[in-house]
Amino acid sequence: MIPVGEVIGTWIAVGLTLMMFSFIYKDNPAFKFGEHLYLGISVGYYVNIQYWSTIYPLVFQQMQQNHNYWVLIPTLLGIFILLRIIPSLSWLSRMSFALYIGGFAGYSLPLIVHSLLLPQLSQTLQPYGGGVGPVINQIIILLAVFSTLIYFFFSLEHRKTVGVISRVGIVFIMVSFGASFGYTVMARISLLIGRFQFIIDSFRGQ
Amino acid sequence: MIFLKRQLPIIIAFVAGIMMWIRYYIPSEVSTNLEDGYLEWVRIIVGFAAILGILSLLQHHMLKIRMKRPGFAFSYVTIAAFALMMFAGFAPFNFPGFAEKNMETGSLFNWLYEFTFIPMQATMFSVLAFFIASAAFRAFRARSMEATLLLVAAIIMMVGRVPIGDLISNATPTFMMFGNEYHFIDFEEWTGWLLNVPNAAAKRGILLGVYLSQIAISIRIIFGIERTYMGGGD
Repeated sequence: MIPVGEVIGTWIAVGLTLMMFSFIYKDNPAFKFGEHLYLGISVGYYVNIQYWSTIYPLVFQQMQQNHNYWVLIPTLLGIFILLRIIPSLSWLSRMSFALYIGGFAGYSLPLIVHSLLLPQLSQTLQPYGGGVGPVINQIIILLAVFSTLIYFFFSLEHRKTVGVISRVGIVFIMVSFGASFGYTVMARISLLIGRFQFIIDSFRGQ
Repeated sequence: MIFLKRQLPIIIAFVAGIMMWIRYYIPSEVSTNLEDGYLEWVRIIVGFAAILGILSLLQHHMLKIRMKRPGFAFSYVTIAAFALMMFAGFAPFNFPGFAEKNMETGSLFNWLYEFTFIPMQATMFSVLAFFIASAAFRAFRARSMEATLLLVAAIIMMVGRVPIGDLISNATPTFMMFGNEYHFIDFEEWTGWLLNVPNAAAKRGILLGVYLSQIAISIRIIFGIERTYMGGGD
């Protein structure tokens, strides 16, 4: 026996799915209703997530259970951010942003170098080996990385040799964009098939 | 007042930045506590920043209703849906027919999430397939060498990820190279190569540039050269 809540919920879900699909024909009131409903629901959802997973355990529980009142400092800084809506007090939010952005700049500096920049470089400059195929691939990778970097290097005019290397760079960039585009299209198509499957299964009572 | 408004934020950014930078090179309990404490503080601050965004959105819809701008009736839907989710998530009691309260599984909030949020989000993203297809139709008219490359790479990727790609590949004759057997057309192999070689390499080139820029911008923020986070005004 299927619970009533699930049956009603499935019908609502199917109705909302069809409402959203109606945009394929053209922008219409049904879609607009669904769009605004989605906006309100998602905003309400994220407020709850923020409160129950961050503010409640890190602020209220810390004060009530652990008597840790240090959390009042970030809470105050958080309230400073909210003061941006009052023009005469909006400058207070600079303290919060300064702590967040300044601290994060320092926090991420060594991480970028050690965890991102150096591993990417070492992957590019690996010793050649493993047969003809892998060696060709490694040469292509080295050429592509170098030429892509040159393409985005604007301190030199892209003429003569630099211009040629930059043209090679754009070739690799376009292939990469094409591959990413194809990948994204297939992911979206897969979601679309999933939605159609949901509608068909709901009508068949599965 | 000028000190509070302009210089104090720069001092805070400098001290916080230097402390978080140096603690990486001094592995100790103090460093770990500093890192954990900072990340916790940031989570709280970001939580409030999200609320600011939501306040701004609600303000926009309230204004739309007050000014009776075109389509203002839909703003009621947004506000009502938001209020419903807030009520469902924060009410300190179980709603009739639901075994749990707040965000627990079996609560009204969870039911709304499952039967409204998830289907609408999935449909919204799946509808993009049509728009991507229409954008592709315009973009893929191979007018230049770059557009042709994009077209070929995208087609190989798309065909290589559906069963028909395998069917085409298996229908073509094979040949031997470097001791391995290959199909003349092998979409699966081409897709893997495209993703792992030219795509990964070009992305790596772009990412290296991004990382170097991040390092430069971080240093500029810490030393007060980059001050855009302070916004405009006094």
